[in-house]
Amino acid sequence: MTDTTASPKPRRWAIWLPLGVFLGFVCLVLFGLFRPADREVASAMVGKPLPAFDLPAATADKPGLAQTDFTAGGKPRLLNVFASWCIPCAVEAPQLDQLAKMGIEINGIAIRDHREDVTAFLARNGNPFTRIGADDVSKVQMAMGSSGVPETFVIDGKGVIRYQHIGEIRADQMPLILEKLKEAEQ
Amino acid sequence: MKRLLILLLMIFAAPAFAQDTMPPAPYAYRQLDNPAQEEKAQALMETLRCLKCQSQSIADSDAPMAGDMRSQVRERIAAGEDPEAIRAWLVERYGDYVSYAPRVTALTWPLFILPVVLLVLASLLLSRRFRRGGTE
Repeated sequence: MTDTTASPKPRRWAIWLPLGVFLGFVCLVLFGLFRPADREVASAMVGKPLPAFDLPAATADKPGLAQTDFTAGGKPRLLNVFASWCIPCAVEAPQLDQLAKMGIEINGIAIRDHREDVTAFLARNGNPFTRIGADDVSKVQMAMGSSGVPETFVIDGKGVIRYQHIGEIRADQMPLILEKLKEAEQ
Repeated sequence: MKRLLILLLMIFAAPAFAQDTMPPAPYAYRQLDNPAQEEKAQALMETLRCLKCQSQSIADSDAPMAGDMRSQVRERIAAGEDPEAIRAWLVERYGDYVSYAPRVTALTWPLFILPVVLLVLASLLLSRRFRRGGTE
């Protein structure tokens, strides 16, 4: 008994320490719940030239797509990675259509898609593409560091990837895309 | 009753859009004929992250993209490419995130140094304590 009184006085605040730690933990959990971490994998290829590729046509009425189509110079364009089996790709179709009507060239890469499905998809949602390549084993998608559909890349006149847009282009993101296209002109 | 029926139908309905219907890439579900090469490919695939199902390796995942990645890994190994070169190729595209193998970089070095620092600190503290105990 005398021992405990002899030892240094127990700090009063220390008694609250476990509760403090617990509350800190609760805060951490709440933070993770309401603001989950970004699970999108950004391409590390932004700022680098497009990888070499040469894809066959994905539909009968549009030509295929090769990396050399991008290096000819000219205005920046969009490279849209899509698939007929992808629902958000249909969601962004009106926005792509609008961009195409503004005179922006949009090229497409159809991922793991049947020719007839791509044709039906374009008949249903409109066809903003000038060229569409068929990437049946995600090879070009991987070479570009893209991890899903839809994704849209801004490619400048020299064939350099300038911007990656992950997910569908929503109506309120149009100014962003136009701004990135403008930036790519320099 | 009608509502229940609809609910039941919904449960048993085939998913309306179960990804794509393309046949998998050639080596997505097929091992390489050369066992030594397959072993190399397997070891690499187990340390590459599936980008669509991020807590699985591409060896574990049935996501179509993981299949395509497996096929590419196997094809490249069969072509004689070094596994670490394939990993570097992927890291160049997706960042360190795609690889499960830890790497010492400008960002990660504290993780490797910290245990050593703590160990040194602990041994210093302990040796001082033991010495004091000895003199008493």
